[in-house]
Amino acid sequence: MADIFRVGNCAGFSGDRVDAPGPVVDTLIEWGGPCAVFFETLGERTVALAQLEKRRDPQRGYEPMLERLLEPILVRCAEHGIPIIGNFGAANPPGAAKLIAKLALRLGLPELKIAVVYGDDVRDRLDITTHEVYEADTGLNMGGGDVVSANAYLSARPMVDALKAGAQVVVTGRTGDPSLALAPLIHHFGWAYDDWAKLAVGATAGHLLECGAQVTGGYYYDPGYKEIPDPANIGFPIAEVHADGRLVITKAARTGGLVNAQVVKEQLLYEIHDPGHYITPDVTLDFSQVTVVEIGENRVQVNGVRGGPAPQTIKATVCFDGGWLGEGEISYAGPNCVARAKAAADVLLQRLKLRKLAVEARVDLIGIASVHSGDSGSRWRTEAHSDAQDIRVRLAVSARSQDDADQAAREALALYCCGPAGGGGVRWRTTPRIRTQSYLMLPSDLAPGYWVKSAMEIDQ
Amino acid sequence: MTAAAKPGEALVSVPLHSVAHGRAGDKGNRLNVSVMPYDAAAYAVLAEQLTEERVLALYAHRGAVRVTRHDLPLLPAFNFVIDEVLEGGVNGSLNLDGHGKSNSFILLGMQVRVPQKFVRSAQAEK
Repeated sequence: MADIFRVGNCAGFSGDRVDAPGPVVDTLIEWGGPCAVFFETLGERTVALAQLEKRRDPQRGYEPMLERLLEPILVRCAEHGIPIIGNFGAANPPGAAKLIAKLALRLGLPELKIAVVYGDDVRDRLDITTHEVYEADTGLNMGGGDVVSANAYLSARPMVDALKAGAQVVVTGRTGDPSLALAPLIHHFGWAYDDWAKLAVGATAGHLLECGAQVTGGYYYDPGYKEIPDPANIGFPIAEVHADGRLVITKAARTGGLVNAQVVKEQLLYEIHDPGHYITPDVTLDFSQVTVVEIGENRVQVNGVRGGPAPQTIKATVCFDGGWLGEGEISYAGPNCVARAKAAADVLLQRLKLRKLAVEARVDLIGIASVHSGDSGSRWRTEAHSDAQDIRVRLAVSARSQDDADQAAREALALYCCGPAGGGGVRWRTTPRIRTQSYLMLPSDLAPGYWVKSAMEIDQ
Repeated sequence: MTAAAKPGEALVSVPLHSVAHGRAGDKGNRLNVSVMPYDAAAYAVLAEQLTEERVLALYAHRGAVRVTRHDLPLLPAFNFVIDEVLEGGVNGSLNLDGHGKSNSFILLGMQVRVPQKFVRSAQAEK
Protein backbone atom coordinates (compact mmCIF):
# COMPACT_ATOMS: atom_id res chain seq x y z
CA MET A 1 0.00 0.00 0.00
CA ALA A 2 1.24 3.44 -0.91
CA ASP A 3 2.61 5.41 2.01
CA ILE A 4 0.41 8.50 2.06
CA PHE A 5 0.00 10.96 4.90
CA ARG A 6 -2.90 13.42 4.85
CA VAL A 7 -2.94 16.79 6.56
CA GLY A 8 -6.22 18.64 6.93
CA ASN A 9 -6.61 22.32 7.68
CA CYS A 10 -9.41 23.30 10.07
CA ALA A 11 -8.94 27.09 10.27
CA GLY A 12 -7.07 29.69 8.23
CA PHE A 13 -7.33 32.68 10.56
CA SER A 14 -8.76 33.81 13.87
CA GLY A 15 -12.35 34.44 12.87
CA ASP A 16 -12.72 31.56 10.46
CA ARG A 17 -15.89 29.48 10.18
CA VAL A 18 -16.32 27.42 13.35
CA ASP A 19 -18.20 24.65 11.51
CA ALA A 20 -15.29 24.01 9.13
CA PRO A 21 -13.38 21.35 11.15
CA GLY A 22 -16.15 18.70 11.28
CA PRO A 23 -16.24 17.78 7.56
CA VAL A 24 -12.43 17.73 7.37
CA VAL A 25 -12.17 15.23 10.22
CA ASP A 26 -15.12 13.15 8.87
CA THR A 27 -13.37 12.93 5.52
CA LEU A 28 -10.01 11.93 6.97
CA ILE A 29 -11.65 9.16 8.99
CA GLU A 30 -13.62 7.98 5.96
CA TRP A 31 -10.55 7.84 3.74
CA GLY A 32 -8.51 6.12 6.46
CA GLY A 33 -4.75 6.03 6.77
CA PRO A 34 -2.42 8.16 8.86
CA CYS A 35 -3.31 11.84 9.10
CA ALA A 36 -3.31 14.99 11.22
CA VAL A 37 -5.17 18.29 11.31
CA PHE A 38 -3.95 21.80 12.02
CA PHE A 39 -5.41 25.19 12.89
CA GLU A 40 -3.74 28.45 11.83
CA THR A 41 -5.41 31.18 13.85
CA LEU A 42 -2.58 33.58 14.62
CA GLY A 43 -2.19 36.54 12.28
CA GLU A 44 0.68 39.00 12.51
CA ARG A 45 -1.04 41.23 15.05
CA THR A 46 -3.49 38.68 16.50
CA VAL A 47 -0.78 37.80 19.01
CA ALA A 48 -0.62 41.42 20.20
CA LEU A 49 -4.38 41.66 20.57
CA ALA A 50 -4.20 38.39 22.52
CA GLN A 51 -1.44 39.87 24.69
CA LEU A 52 -3.66 42.86 25.48
CA GLU A 53 -6.46 40.43 26.36
CA LYS A 54 -4.09 38.54 28.66
CA ARG A 55 -3.18 41.80 30.43
CA ARG A 56 -6.85 42.34 31.19
CA ASP A 57 -7.37 38.70 32.25
CA PRO A 58 -4.28 36.48 32.84
CA GLN A 59 -6.41 33.36 32.13
CA ARG A 60 -7.16 34.51 28.57
CA GLY A 61 -5.06 35.55 25.61
CA TYR A 62 -5.59 32.45 23.47
CA GLU A 63 -7.88 31.95 20.46
CA PRO A 64 -11.33 33.12 21.63
CA MET A 65 -13.23 30.53 19.53
CA LEU A 66 -11.02 27.63 20.68
CA GLU A 67 -13.69 25.65 22.49
CA ARG A 68 -16.21 26.07 19.65
CA LEU A 69 -13.59 24.95 17.13
CA LEU A 70 -12.42 21.87 19.02
CA GLU A 71 -15.57 20.55 20.67
CA PRO A 72 -17.06 18.99 17.50
CA ILE A 73 -13.87 17.07 16.62
CA LEU A 74 -11.92 16.37 19.79
CA VAL A 75 -13.45 12.96 20.61
CA ARG A 76 -13.31 11.68 17.03
CA CYS A 77 -9.70 12.81 16.61
CA ALA A 78 -8.69 11.11 19.87
CA GLU A 79 -10.51 7.88 18.95
CA HIS A 80 -8.97 7.72 15.47
CA GLY A 81 -5.44 8.79 16.42
CA ILE A 82 -5.55 12.09 14.52
CA PRO A 83 -3.23 14.62 16.17
CA ILE A 84 -4.49 18.20 16.38
CA ILE A 85 -1.90 20.95 16.02
CA GLY A 86 -2.68 24.62 16.35
CA ASN A 87 -1.13 28.00 17.04
CA PHE A 88 -4.36 28.78 18.91
CA GLY A 89 -2.29 29.23 22.07
CA ALA A 90 -1.61 32.77 20.80
CA ALA A 91 -0.22 34.79 23.74
CA ASN A 92 -1.10 32.12 26.31
CA PRO A 93 -0.50 28.51 25.20
CA PRO A 94 -0.71 27.14 28.78
CA GLY A 95 -4.08 28.90 29.16
CA ALA A 96 -5.28 27.28 25.95
CA ALA A 97 -4.04 23.88 27.18
CA LYS A 98 -6.03 24.38 30.38
CA LEU A 99 -9.20 25.09 28.41
CA ILE A 100 -8.61 22.02 26.20
CA ALA A 101 -8.01 19.90 29.30
CA LYS A 102 -11.32 21.00 30.80
CA LEU A 103 -13.07 20.29 27.50
CA ALA A 104 -11.41 16.86 27.31
CA LEU A 105 -12.56 15.98 30.84
CA ARG A 106 -16.11 17.10 30.04
CA LEU A 107 -16.06 14.91 26.92
CA GLY A 108 -14.71 11.88 28.80
CA LEU A 109 -11.07 12.06 27.66
CA PRO A 110 -9.08 12.39 30.92
CA GLU A 111 -6.03 10.68 29.40
CA LEU A 112 -5.83 13.02 26.37
CA LYS A 113 -2.19 14.05 26.01
CA ILE A 114 -1.81 17.77 25.48
CA ALA A 115 1.51 19.41 24.65
CA VAL A 116 2.49 23.05 24.96
CA VAL A 117 5.31 24.43 22.80
CA TYR A 118 7.14 27.37 24.38
CA GLY A 119 9.96 29.70 23.46
CA ASP A 120 8.32 31.91 20.84
CA ASP A 121 7.80 34.74 23.33
CA VAL A 122 11.10 36.65 23.06
CA ARG A 123 10.28 39.88 24.89
CA ASP A 124 13.18 39.18 27.27
CA ARG A 125 15.54 38.07 24.49
CA LEU A 126 15.03 40.59 21.71
CA ASP A 127 16.65 44.01 21.82
CA ILE A 128 15.00 46.34 19.31
CA THR A 129 17.96 48.70 19.50
CA THR A 130 20.49 46.09 18.36
CA HIS A 131 18.66 43.37 16.45
CA GLU A 132 18.42 43.96 12.72
CA VAL A 133 15.08 45.07 11.25
CA TYR A 134 13.59 42.71 8.67
CA GLU A 135 14.11 44.37 5.31
CA ALA A 136 10.44 44.70 4.22
CA ASP A 137 9.76 46.69 7.40
CA THR A 138 12.58 49.21 7.35
CA GLY A 139 10.28 52.03 6.16
CA LEU A 140 7.75 51.72 8.96
CA ASN A 141 7.28 54.28 11.71
CA MET A 142 6.55 52.73 15.10
CA GLY A 143 5.57 56.08 16.59
CA GLY A 144 7.49 55.46 19.81
CA GLY A 145 4.84 53.11 21.25
CA ASP A 146 5.62 50.61 24.02
CA VAL A 147 6.38 46.99 23.11
CA VAL A 148 3.27 44.85 23.60
CA SER A 149 4.61 41.54 22.34
CA ALA A 150 7.64 40.01 20.62
CA ASN A 151 7.35 36.54 19.13
CA ALA A 152 9.79 34.50 17.09
CA TYR A 153 8.65 32.22 14.30
CA LEU A 154 9.61 28.80 15.69
CA SER A 155 10.41 25.89 13.40
CA ALA A 156 8.57 22.57 13.24
CA ARG A 157 11.10 20.87 15.51
CA PRO A 158 9.51 21.38 18.97
CA MET A 159 6.15 20.28 17.53
CA VAL A 160 7.77 17.14 16.07
CA ASP A 161 9.33 16.40 19.48
CA ALA A 162 5.93 16.81 21.14
CA LEU A 163 4.34 14.40 18.63
CA LYS A 164 7.15 11.91 19.27
CA ALA A 165 6.30 12.13 22.97
CA GLY A 166 2.75 11.03 22.14
CA ALA A 167 0.96 14.39 22.16
CA GLN A 168 -2.59 14.20 20.74
CA VAL A 169 -3.05 17.96 20.82
CA VAL A 170 -0.11 20.32 20.29
CA VAL A 171 -0.68 23.92 21.39
CA THR A 172 1.72 26.56 20.11
CA GLY A 173 2.03 30.31 20.00
CA ARG A 174 3.98 31.76 17.09
CA THR A 175 5.56 29.27 14.70
CA GLY A 176 6.13 29.40 10.98
CA ASP A 177 2.63 28.90 9.59
CA PRO A 178 3.72 26.15 7.15
CA SER A 179 5.57 24.45 10.03
CA LEU A 180 2.19 23.52 11.54
CA ALA A 181 1.56 21.13 8.63
CA LEU A 182 5.18 20.16 8.17
CA ALA A 183 5.59 18.90 11.75
CA PRO A 184 3.27 15.85 11.48
CA LEU A 185 4.82 15.01 8.09
CA ILE A 186 8.34 15.02 9.52
CA HIS A 187 7.06 12.92 12.40
CA HIS A 188 5.35 10.38 10.13
CA PHE A 189 7.94 10.02 7.39
CA GLY A 190 10.98 10.52 9.60
CA TRP A 191 12.43 13.15 7.27
CA ALA A 192 15.83 14.50 8.25
CA TYR A 193 16.02 18.18 9.19
CA ASP A 194 18.31 18.78 6.22
CA ASP A 195 16.35 16.78 3.65
CA TRP A 196 15.50 20.05 1.87
CA ALA A 197 13.66 18.42 -1.03
CA LYS A 198 11.22 16.60 1.26
CA LEU A 199 10.89 19.47 3.75
CA ALA A 200 10.07 21.72 0.80
CA VAL A 201 7.14 19.51 -0.19
CA GLY A 202 5.80 19.50 3.37
CA ALA A 203 6.25 23.25 3.83
CA THR A 204 4.52 23.86 0.48
CA ALA A 205 1.60 21.74 1.66
CA GLY A 206 1.49 23.95 4.75
CA HIS A 207 1.76 27.14 2.73
CA LEU A 208 -1.10 26.10 0.45
CA LEU A 209 -3.31 25.00 3.36
CA GLU A 210 -2.57 27.58 6.03
CA CYS A 211 -5.25 30.01 4.86
CA GLY A 212 -7.97 27.37 4.88
CA ALA A 213 -10.66 28.01 2.29
CA GLN A 214 -8.37 30.29 0.26
CA VAL A 215 -7.19 27.16 -1.58
CA THR A 216 -10.69 25.70 -1.95
CA GLY A 217 -12.52 28.63 -3.51
CA GLY A 218 -12.64 31.32 -0.82
CA TYR A 219 -11.10 34.72 -1.76
CA TYR A 220 -11.33 33.33 -5.32
CA TYR A 221 -15.04 33.26 -6.16
CA ASP A 222 -15.77 35.96 -8.79
CA PRO A 223 -19.31 35.49 -10.12
CA GLY A 224 -19.43 35.19 -13.90
CA TYR A 225 -15.66 34.65 -14.10
CA LYS A 226 -14.64 32.19 -11.44
CA GLU A 227 -17.66 30.27 -10.21
CA ILE A 228 -17.62 27.83 -7.30
CA PRO A 229 -20.30 25.38 -6.11
CA ASP A 230 -22.16 26.12 -2.86
CA PRO A 231 -20.13 29.15 -1.68
CA ALA A 232 -21.87 29.19 1.71
CA ASN A 233 -20.47 25.75 2.47
CA ILE A 234 -16.87 25.78 1.26
CA GLY A 235 -14.98 22.68 2.33
CA PHE A 236 -11.60 23.13 3.98
CA PRO A 237 -8.46 21.70 2.37
CA ILE A 238 -6.62 18.43 2.74
CA ALA A 239 -3.11 17.77 1.45
CA GLU A 240 -2.02 14.26 0.46
CA VAL A 241 1.69 13.82 0.76
CA HIS A 242 3.27 10.68 -0.65
CA ALA A 243 6.49 9.14 0.65
CA ASP A 244 8.13 9.91 -2.70
CA GLY A 245 7.34 13.62 -2.28
CA ARG A 246 4.26 13.80 -4.48
CA LEU A 247 1.80 16.46 -3.26
CA VAL A 248 -1.91 16.57 -4.03
CA ILE A 249 -4.30 19.24 -2.77
CA THR A 250 -7.94 18.25 -2.26
CA LYS A 251 -10.74 19.09 0.17
CA ALA A 252 -13.35 17.74 2.56
CA ALA A 253 -15.94 15.47 0.93
CA ARG A 254 -19.55 16.58 0.32
CA THR A 255 -18.76 20.28 0.74
CA GLY A 256 -18.88 23.34 -1.52
CA GLY A 257 -16.01 25.21 -3.05
CA LEU A 258 -13.49 23.67 -5.42
CA VAL A 259 -9.85 22.80 -5.87
CA ASN A 260 -8.69 23.51 -9.41
CA ALA A 261 -5.44 24.69 -11.00
CA GLN A 262 -6.47 28.36 -10.87
CA VAL A 263 -7.20 28.49 -7.17
CA VAL A 264 -4.04 26.56 -6.29
CA LYS A 265 -1.95 28.99 -8.37
CA GLU A 266 -3.53 31.95 -6.60
CA GLN A 267 -2.75 30.53 -3.18
CA LEU A 268 0.73 29.37 -4.18
CA LEU A 269 1.71 33.01 -4.71
CA TYR A 270 -0.29 34.42 -1.79
CA GLU A 271 1.93 36.64 0.40
CA ILE A 272 4.96 35.61 -1.64
CA HIS A 273 7.60 38.10 -2.71
CA ASP A 274 10.39 36.42 -4.69
CA PRO A 275 8.86 33.07 -5.72
CA GLY A 276 12.36 31.64 -6.07
CA HIS A 277 13.20 32.42 -2.48
CA TYR A 278 10.41 31.98 0.05
CA ILE A 279 11.81 31.67 3.54
CA THR A 280 10.20 29.48 6.19
CA PRO A 281 11.91 28.60 9.49
CA ASP A 282 12.46 25.02 8.28
CA VAL A 283 13.42 25.31 4.63
CA THR A 284 13.80 27.92 1.91
CA LEU A 285 11.29 27.28 -0.86
CA ASP A 286 11.76 27.80 -4.58
CA PHE A 287 8.47 27.96 -6.52
CA SER A 288 10.07 29.15 -9.78
CA GLN A 289 9.73 25.72 -11.44
CA VAL A 290 6.34 24.77 -10.02
CA THR A 291 3.56 23.46 -12.22
CA VAL A 292 0.06 22.44 -11.16
CA VAL A 293 -1.98 19.68 -12.79
CA GLU A 294 -5.64 18.79 -12.30
CA ILE A 295 -5.60 15.00 -11.82
CA GLY A 296 -9.22 14.50 -10.78
CA GLU A 297 -12.28 16.25 -9.43
CA ASN A 298 -11.07 18.66 -6.74
CA ARG A 299 -7.61 17.13 -6.94
CA VAL A 300 -4.58 19.17 -8.01
CA GLN A 301 -1.04 17.84 -8.04
CA VAL A 302 1.73 20.32 -7.34
CA ASN A 303 5.01 19.50 -9.07
CA GLY A 304 8.47 21.01 -9.18
CA VAL A 305 8.80 22.47 -5.70
CA ARG A 306 12.46 22.84 -4.77
CA GLY A 307 14.02 23.39 -1.38
CA GLY A 308 17.20 24.89 -0.02
CA PRO A 309 18.76 25.27 3.41
CA ALA A 310 16.78 26.90 6.20
CA PRO A 311 17.74 30.53 6.92
CA GLN A 312 20.59 31.37 9.32
CA THR A 313 18.34 33.89 11.07
CA ILE A 314 14.91 33.66 12.69
CA LYS A 315 12.22 36.24 12.11
CA ALA A 316 10.58 37.75 15.17
CA THR A 317 7.65 40.14 15.03
CA VAL A 318 7.39 42.89 17.61
CA CYS A 319 4.05 44.56 18.27
CA PHE A 320 4.00 48.11 19.59
CA ASP A 321 1.21 50.07 21.18
CA GLY A 322 -0.12 52.08 18.25
CA GLY A 323 -2.55 54.43 19.97
CA TRP A 324 -6.19 54.48 18.91
CA LEU A 325 -8.30 54.33 15.78
CA GLY A 326 -11.52 56.34 15.81
CA GLU A 327 -14.18 55.81 13.17
CA GLY A 328 -17.49 57.57 12.55
CA GLU A 329 -19.88 56.90 9.68
CA ILE A 330 -23.10 58.44 8.32
CA SER A 331 -25.16 57.70 5.20
CA TYR A 332 -26.75 59.96 2.56
CA ALA A 333 -29.01 58.63 -0.20
CA GLY A 334 -31.32 59.82 -2.97
CA PRO A 335 -31.36 63.14 -4.87
CA ASN A 336 -28.21 65.25 -4.52
CA CYS A 337 -26.65 62.76 -2.11
CA VAL A 338 -23.21 63.14 -3.68
CA ALA A 339 -23.17 66.86 -2.87
CA ARG A 340 -24.57 66.29 0.61
CA ALA A 341 -22.02 63.60 1.35
CA LYS A 342 -19.11 65.75 0.11
CA ALA A 343 -20.39 68.63 2.25
CA ALA A 344 -20.55 66.35 5.28
CA ALA A 345 -16.96 65.23 4.62
CA ASP A 346 -15.77 68.85 4.47
CA VAL A 347 -17.66 69.74 7.65
CA LEU A 348 -16.07 66.80 9.49
CA LEU A 349 -12.55 67.85 8.52
CA GLN A 350 -13.27 71.49 9.49
CA ARG A 351 -14.65 70.38 12.85
CA LEU A 352 -11.46 68.46 13.67
CA LYS A 353 -9.45 71.63 13.02
CA LEU A 354 -11.83 73.88 14.96
CA ARG A 355 -11.66 71.58 17.95
CA LYS A 356 -7.86 71.25 17.67
CA LEU A 357 -8.05 67.48 18.19
CA ALA A 358 -4.65 65.76 18.04
CA VAL A 359 -5.57 63.34 15.27
CA GLU A 360 -4.59 62.34 11.75
CA ALA A 361 -7.70 62.04 9.63
CA ARG A 362 -9.00 60.56 6.43
CA VAL A 363 -12.46 60.68 4.90
CA ASP A 364 -13.96 58.14 2.50
CA LEU A 365 -17.16 58.35 0.50
CA ILE A 366 -18.12 54.70 0.40
CA GLY A 367 -19.98 54.16 -2.84
CA ILE A 368 -17.77 56.64 -4.73
CA ALA A 369 -14.22 55.91 -3.58
CA SER A 370 -12.86 54.26 -0.46
CA VAL A 371 -10.69 51.16 -0.24
CA HIS A 372 -8.83 51.85 -3.48
CA SER A 373 -8.24 55.46 -2.48
CA GLY A 374 -5.19 56.92 -0.75
CA ASP A 375 -5.02 58.69 2.61
CA SER A 376 -4.29 62.02 0.99
CA GLY A 377 -6.00 63.41 -2.10
CA SER A 378 -8.80 60.90 -1.84
CA ARG A 379 -10.27 59.97 -5.17
CA TRP A 380 -13.79 61.12 -4.35
CA ARG A 381 -12.59 64.72 -4.43
CA THR A 382 -11.49 64.41 -8.03
CA GLU A 383 -14.47 62.40 -9.30
CA ALA A 384 -16.10 64.91 -11.66
CA HIS A 385 -19.36 63.07 -11.70
CA SER A 386 -20.90 60.21 -9.80
CA ASP A 387 -24.25 58.51 -10.27
CA ALA A 388 -24.11 57.07 -6.76
CA GLN A 389 -27.49 57.13 -5.04
CA ASP A 390 -26.43 55.73 -1.67
CA ILE A 391 -23.23 56.92 -0.03
CA ARG A 392 -21.66 56.30 3.35
CA VAL A 393 -19.32 58.98 4.66
CA ARG A 394 -16.56 57.46 6.77
CA LEU A 395 -14.21 59.44 8.99
CA ALA A 396 -11.15 57.58 10.27
CA VAL A 397 -8.62 59.09 12.67
CA SER A 398 -5.55 57.90 14.49
CA ALA A 399 -4.73 59.41 17.87
CA ARG A 400 -2.43 58.74 20.80
CA SER A 401 -5.30 58.95 23.28
CA GLN A 402 -8.61 57.12 23.20
CA ASP A 403 -10.39 60.32 24.19
CA ASP A 404 -9.13 62.25 21.16
CA ALA A 405 -10.09 59.35 18.86
CA ASP A 406 -13.53 59.17 20.49
CA GLN A 407 -14.15 62.92 20.30
CA ALA A 408 -13.22 62.94 16.62
CA ALA A 409 -15.43 59.94 15.85
CA ARG A 410 -18.33 61.59 17.68
CA GLU A 411 -18.20 64.46 15.19
CA ALA A 412 -19.92 62.04 12.80
CA LEU A 413 -22.63 61.53 15.42
CA ALA A 414 -23.15 65.29 15.73
CA LEU A 415 -23.97 65.41 12.01
CA TYR A 416 -27.39 63.96 12.84
CA CYS A 417 -28.60 67.38 13.95
CA CYS A 418 -25.87 69.70 12.67
CA GLY A 419 -25.02 68.23 9.27
CA PRO A 420 -26.44 68.29 5.74
CA ALA A 421 -30.02 67.18 5.08
CA GLY A 422 -31.08 63.57 5.48
CA GLY A 423 -28.01 62.08 7.16
CA GLY A 424 -28.77 58.76 8.87
CA GLY A 425 -27.42 55.52 10.28
CA VAL A 426 -24.49 56.85 12.33
CA ARG A 427 -22.10 54.38 13.93
CA TRP A 428 -18.96 55.38 15.78
CA ARG A 429 -16.31 53.43 17.66
CA THR A 430 -12.75 53.45 18.92
CA THR A 431 -10.31 50.55 18.60
CA PRO A 432 -6.82 50.12 20.08
CA ARG A 433 -4.14 49.95 17.42
CA ILE A 434 -1.09 47.75 17.19
CA ARG A 435 1.92 48.43 15.00
CA THR A 436 4.26 45.65 14.03
CA GLN A 437 7.86 45.46 12.98
CA SER A 438 9.88 42.32 12.32
CA TYR A 439 13.47 41.70 13.38
CA LEU A 440 16.06 39.02 12.68
CA MET A 441 17.40 36.90 15.53
CA LEU A 442 19.94 34.09 15.76
CA PRO A 443 18.99 30.51 16.68
CA SER A 444 21.25 30.87 19.72
CA ASP A 445 19.00 33.74 20.93
CA LEU A 446 16.15 31.27 21.41
CA ALA A 447 15.42 28.32 23.71
CA PRO A 448 12.29 26.62 22.37
CA GLY A 449 10.89 23.45 23.90
CA TYR A 450 7.69 21.67 24.90
CA TRP A 451 6.00 19.88 27.76
CA VAL A 452 3.26 17.25 27.56
CA LYS A 453 0.71 16.21 30.18
CA SER A 454 -2.63 14.46 30.34
CA ALA A 455 -5.84 16.48 30.54
CA MET A 456 -6.30 15.21 34.08
CA GLU A 457 -2.84 16.39 35.14
CA ILE A 458 -3.29 19.81 33.56
CA ASP A 459 -6.66 20.39 35.22
CA GLN A 460 -5.33 19.73 38.72
CA MET B 1 0.65 45.57 -32.35
CA THR B 2 2.64 43.28 -30.17
CA ALA B 3 4.98 40.47 -31.00
CA ALA B 4 2.71 38.07 -29.14
CA ALA B 5 -0.19 38.80 -31.51
CA LYS B 6 -0.16 37.51 -35.07
CA PRO B 7 0.31 40.12 -37.84
CA GLY B 8 -3.05 41.51 -38.88
CA GLU B 9 -4.79 40.11 -35.81
CA ALA B 10 -7.31 42.55 -34.38
CA LEU B 11 -6.71 43.63 -30.79
CA VAL B 12 -9.37 44.66 -28.34
CA SER B 13 -8.95 46.89 -25.33
CA VAL B 14 -10.32 45.27 -22.17
CA PRO B 15 -9.73 45.35 -18.43
CA LEU B 16 -7.08 42.85 -17.37
CA HIS B 17 -9.89 41.23 -15.35
CA SER B 18 -11.33 39.83 -18.60
CA VAL B 19 -8.06 38.09 -19.44
CA ALA B 20 -6.54 37.12 -16.12
CA HIS B 21 -7.25 36.49 -12.46
CA GLY B 22 -5.14 37.27 -9.43
CA ARG B 23 -4.88 37.65 -5.69
CA ALA B 24 -3.40 40.21 -3.29
CA GLY B 25 -1.44 39.45 -0.12
CA ASP B 26 0.24 41.75 2.41
CA LYS B 27 3.26 41.63 4.67
CA GLY B 28 3.91 44.81 6.59
CA ASN B 29 3.85 47.74 4.17
CA ARG B 30 4.46 45.53 1.15
CA LEU B 31 1.76 44.15 -1.11
CA ASN B 32 2.03 41.34 -3.60
CA VAL B 33 -0.44 40.86 -6.43
CA SER B 34 -0.33 37.70 -8.51
CA VAL B 35 -1.70 37.71 -12.06
CA MET B 36 -2.53 34.52 -13.97
CA PRO B 37 -3.91 34.57 -17.53
CA TYR B 38 -6.96 32.31 -17.99
CA ASP B 39 -5.36 31.17 -21.25
CA ALA B 40 -1.65 30.38 -20.87
CA ALA B 41 -1.12 31.58 -24.44
CA ALA B 42 -1.93 35.14 -23.29
CA TYR B 43 1.18 35.19 -21.10
CA ALA B 44 3.48 36.75 -23.71
CA VAL B 45 1.15 39.58 -24.70
CA LEU B 46 0.56 40.39 -21.03
CA ALA B 47 4.30 40.24 -20.29
CA GLU B 48 4.77 43.09 -22.76
CA GLN B 49 2.07 45.26 -21.25
CA LEU B 50 2.20 44.59 -17.52
CA THR B 51 5.42 46.47 -17.01
CA GLU B 52 6.71 47.51 -13.62
CA GLU B 53 6.35 51.17 -14.68
CA ARG B 54 2.68 50.84 -15.64
CA VAL B 55 1.86 48.93 -12.47
CA LEU B 56 3.67 51.47 -10.30
CA ALA B 57 1.60 54.24 -11.92
CA LEU B 58 -1.60 52.41 -10.95
CA TYR B 59 -0.61 52.40 -7.28
CA ALA B 60 1.17 55.76 -7.13
CA HIS B 61 -1.83 57.48 -5.48
CA ARG B 62 -1.42 55.03 -2.61
CA GLY B 63 2.20 56.01 -2.06
CA ALA B 64 3.84 53.08 -3.87
CA VAL B 65 7.53 53.71 -4.46
CA ARG B 66 8.70 50.55 -6.24
CA VAL B 67 7.31 47.61 -8.17
CA THR B 68 9.20 44.39 -8.85
CA ARG B 69 7.76 41.85 -11.27
CA HIS B 70 8.68 38.19 -10.86
CA ASP B 71 7.93 36.01 -13.88
CA LEU B 72 6.80 32.40 -13.57
CA PRO B 73 6.42 31.28 -17.20
CA LEU B 74 5.82 27.62 -16.30
CA LEU B 75 2.78 28.25 -14.11
CA PRO B 76 2.24 30.69 -15.90
CA ALA B 77 1.94 33.72 -13.65
CA PHE B 78 3.38 37.09 -12.76
CA ASN B 79 3.98 38.17 -9.19
CA PHE B 80 4.12 41.90 -8.56
CA VAL B 81 5.71 43.10 -5.33
CA ILE B 82 4.65 46.67 -4.54
CA ASP B 83 6.50 48.56 -1.82
CA GLU B 84 5.18 51.18 0.63
CA VAL B 85 1.69 50.96 -0.81
CA LEU B 86 -0.30 50.17 2.31
CA GLU B 87 -0.02 53.51 4.17
CA GLY B 88 1.72 51.79 7.05
CA GLY B 89 0.17 48.36 6.63
CA VAL B 90 -2.78 46.75 8.34
CA ASN B 91 -1.81 48.18 11.71
CA GLY B 92 -1.06 51.74 10.73
CA SER B 93 -3.36 52.55 7.84
CA LEU B 94 -6.54 54.59 8.08
CA ASN B 95 -7.83 52.78 5.00
CA LEU B 96 -10.83 50.55 5.70
CA ASP B 97 -8.92 47.79 3.94
CA GLY B 98 -5.64 48.04 5.78
CA HIS B 99 -4.54 44.64 4.50
CA GLY B 100 -4.93 45.81 0.92
CA LYS B 101 -6.94 42.66 0.21
CA SER B 102 -9.10 44.50 -2.32
CA ASN B 103 -6.06 45.88 -4.13
CA SER B 104 -5.69 43.05 -6.64
CA PHE B 105 -8.66 44.63 -8.37
CA ILE B 106 -6.74 47.87 -8.95
CA LEU B 107 -4.38 45.92 -11.19
CA LEU B 108 -7.20 43.81 -12.65
CA GLY B 109 -8.85 47.08 -13.69
CA MET B 110 -5.91 48.05 -15.90
CA GLN B 111 -6.70 48.30 -19.63
CA VAL B 112 -4.79 45.87 -21.83
CA ARG B 113 -4.88 45.30 -25.60
CA VAL B 114 -5.16 41.62 -26.48
CA PRO B 115 -6.49 39.38 -29.26
CA GLN B 116 -10.22 38.71 -28.80
CA LYS B 117 -9.58 34.99 -28.33
CA PHE B 118 -8.05 35.66 -24.89
CA VAL B 119 -11.05 37.61 -23.59
CA ARG B 120 -12.99 35.66 -21.01
CA SER B 121 -16.32 37.46 -21.23
CA ALA B 122 -18.38 39.68 -23.56
CA GLN B 123 -17.03 42.85 -21.97
CA ALA B 124 -14.69 43.73 -24.83
CA GLU B 125 -14.80 47.25 -26.27
CA LYS B 126 -13.36 47.46 -29.77
